[in-house]
Amino acid sequence: MQAFFEYFDLLLFVVLLALGYGIGRMNEQRHYRSIRQRERELAGVLAFGIRFPPDPKTPRDCVLVTGSVVVSSDYFKQFVAGLRTLIGGRMAAYESLLDRARREAMLRMKADAVRHGASLILNVKVESTNVGGGMRGGVPAMEVFAYGTALKPPREAPRAA
Amino acid sequence: MAGSSNILVSNLELVPGRRVKTHLGVVQGSTVRAKHAGKDILAGLKNIVGGELTAYTELMQEAREEAVGRMLAQAASVGANAVLNVRFATTSITAGAAEILAYGTAVVLE
Repeated sequence: MQAFFEYFDLLLFVVLLALGYGIGRMNEQRHYRSIRQRERELAGVLAFGIRFPPDPKTPRDCVLVTGSVVVSSDYFKQFVAGLRTLIGGRMAAYESLLDRARREAMLRMKADAVRHGASLILNVKVESTNVGGGMRGGVPAMEVFAYGTALKPPREAPRAA
Repeated sequence: MAGSSNILVSNLELVPGRRVKTHLGVVQGSTVRAKHAGKDILAGLKNIVGGELTAYTELMQEAREEAVGRMLAQAASVGANAVLNVRFATTSITAGAAEILAYGTAVVLE
């Protein structure tokens, strides 16, 4: 029993690490499955970075669409990333986290466009911000925000070209 | 996100098929938001296993709507019926607080 209290800190650390690794990994795989599925579903919604509509003369309704997500890394990833800073190089643990966040934000933006009955988004911008507290106090978290202008199809039936 | 207001919001520089009659200059709206401690503690727990922090996502969304709302109020006060080339900027000010700024060009469309 005494040994338990002596090594309590170490035990807690190992438990958190295991929880982070196990559940974090499971979450990530589930999230990637859901992302891939929704990406297939929303493949018909086109998103471009261009600033001008392809046909500026045709009247079309446009609406600002947005998608955002705040993600945090798990305990295991933070630990691995902490070790990684000692030797430098690719932080694969954080790469996948931000990849997920960016794709999720993009998907939410596309879903927003679908809600407005549009299937074309122009001038897409993606920005990411650190919204957590960083080292002390807060929770390390990143926000990814995607926005663009969705163009609704022209109101009158398209003329045969 | 435009809400109940009938001002058109877009981050393109023109609206297809409509001509800009008058430019009224830059309008902007901003807000600074902090998370409340309870949510922060929950997020701290969530942080062990990682993933989306839904409470924060909602918070940022609300903040962004507020910023856009303020920008639209300013646009309405100068008599615009559209805000074009809208951009967003987010800055984290201190641990747990973020400023969200929305700005764009107020115009009168024909």
